[in-house]
Amino acid sequence: MTATTTISQPLAPLQQPATFTHSADFTPRYWLFSVPAVVIVIGVIVFPWLFTLYMSGHDWKIGGGPEFVGLQNFAELFRDARFIESMGHTAYFTILAVVLPVFFGTAAALVFHREFPFRGVLRTIFVMPMMATPVAVALVWTMMFHPQLGVLNYLLSLVGIGPQNWVYDPNTVIPTLILVEVWHWTPLVMLIVLGGLAGLPREPYESALIDGANSWHMFRHITLPLVWPFIMVAIVIRSIDALKAFDTIFVITQGGPGTASETLNIFLYLQAFQFYKIGYASAVVVIFFVIIIMLSLLLLYARQKSKWNA
Amino acid sequence: MKRLVTKIGFYLSVFVLVSPAILVFLWMISLSFKNELDNTAFPPVFIPDPPTFKNYVDVFAQNNFALYLWNSILVTGGAVLVGLLVGVPAGYGIARGKATKFAILILVARMTPALSYLIPLFLLFQMTGLVGTITALVITHLVITIPIIVWIMIGYFENVPMELEDAARIDGATSWQAFRHVALPLAKPGIVVGGILAFIFSWNNFIFSVVLGGKNSRTLPSAVYNSLTFEQISWGPLAAAALLVTLPVLLVTVLAQRQIVAGLSAGGLKDG
Repeated sequence: MTATTTISQPLAPLQQPATFTHSADFTPRYWLFSVPAVVIVIGVIVFPWLFTLYMSGHDWKIGGGPEFVGLQNFAELFRDARFIESMGHTAYFTILAVVLPVFFGTAAALVFHREFPFRGVLRTIFVMPMMATPVAVALVWTMMFHPQLGVLNYLLSLVGIGPQNWVYDPNTVIPTLILVEVWHWTPLVMLIVLGGLAGLPREPYESALIDGANSWHMFRHITLPLVWPFIMVAIVIRSIDALKAFDTIFVITQGGPGTASETLNIFLYLQAFQFYKIGYASAVVVIFFVIIIMLSLLLLYARQKSKWNA
Repeated sequence: MKRLVTKIGFYLSVFVLVSPAILVFLWMISLSFKNELDNTAFPPVFIPDPPTFKNYVDVFAQNNFALYLWNSILVTGGAVLVGLLVGVPAGYGIARGKATKFAILILVARMTPALSYLIPLFLLFQMTGLVGTITALVITHLVITIPIIVWIMIGYFENVPMELEDAARIDGATSWQAFRHVALPLAKPGIVVGGILAFIFSWNNFIFSVVLGGKNSRTLPSAVYNSLTFEQISWGPLAAAALLVTLPVLLVTVLAQRQIVAGLSAGGLKDG
């Protein structure tokens, strides 16, 4: 239906006779094109979600059968100190793993927006961390964090800073993992903001220059408001990715030392595939799901608002 | 004078931004070409002298590296192929039919953590005896490839003007023919971008293979991770293996960086 309305303007004279003879062709059943994908998506995504919801109401260990317990898994979760602790770690990790890449990524976008020699090559190098296999890179970081033999402590010693314990100390493990996360994902923010900068109009800058504005003023009052919607998009994507960060944390610390870097996703993995508490883990998934949906809605709302202001 | 200072400051910031990215990879290369003595030396040895290929030889000799490489190729290849076969038409159908609900479902699927499908899929594969098979991994990797491809294709087909397809249909083409011979060739750049990104994310995936991969069916990332935990492996071979795992992805990034940048910024924008 919508198809006919959009084309009716330019093709109006032709459409009459054509509709008469090939009426089926003018109401294309576009949904048919999506059928295979819909079937697969229902099978591997929607069905697992519903099944997870079902399991979250049961006491279910791998090997045993399900036993209906209602909301008991959820009640138990909120009494589980380890779960509450993992929520805290997740919040700590997520906030810094959003704020820092967004800050550095925006700065990098401003740099790469300008013309300079070898810009293309340098941008490719800058983007490489986000493409590299997280496990492979995490292994190299693990070697660099080694307290006795690691290259990072050697580099620190060159500038007169004493050796750090990096991921081996409960107090520094999360900041250290955030360092890896910042290294990994700053390029994505840069690409998104760079896309925004590419579409900026020239006129406001020209008139600002005439008015004698300096570059900070132009950034603060022209560039920033105009690219703000793009920065919001970056914040949305970064928040969701940081919440579900898994690979690097799992490879480098497995949630340790002790449980010092156990985030929600690591907690979930351990409950499901180490302790085989399927029902309990499913309840975590449901809570996780709710958090992600709420956060996405909140951020999309913020983006809508920022759009009106921009 | 002031201009010179600004210029130096600018190049300094370029240096500060780019050097962490390149240094980690250079260190990876350095580790992979040094013998064990140099790798555990303190202060560290930066330039391998003389460089040794022993680590690379060991990777292939001591582990089933070739098998895991083949597994990765099968899983990623299969998931990208099926992803393109069903994802490209779906992107077209959604873009033309304005099927917003399905588009939102795809978006939510991209947002939720992999573990949210993994537990039920694990149980399902266990019941059907598919745990530890390549088939199970290909099926789960569709969770990665289909949403990316559909999402990117929606964006591309929305930019393909509809008039050409309408003209084709007036000439008597069916919807399928209009898609196959008119819209599809025009969306070729999108297919390339979607395919490349799906390849990268599928190749890099770790968790599916950790949970569902058997001793003989795991893909490279989890195979390399396992060699870290189960055998006391030394740094040189491990760095060599890590480099080999990520090399295909880095090569694709360098060769197709223009398309990747375009796809990611388009996909990124669409996420909002």
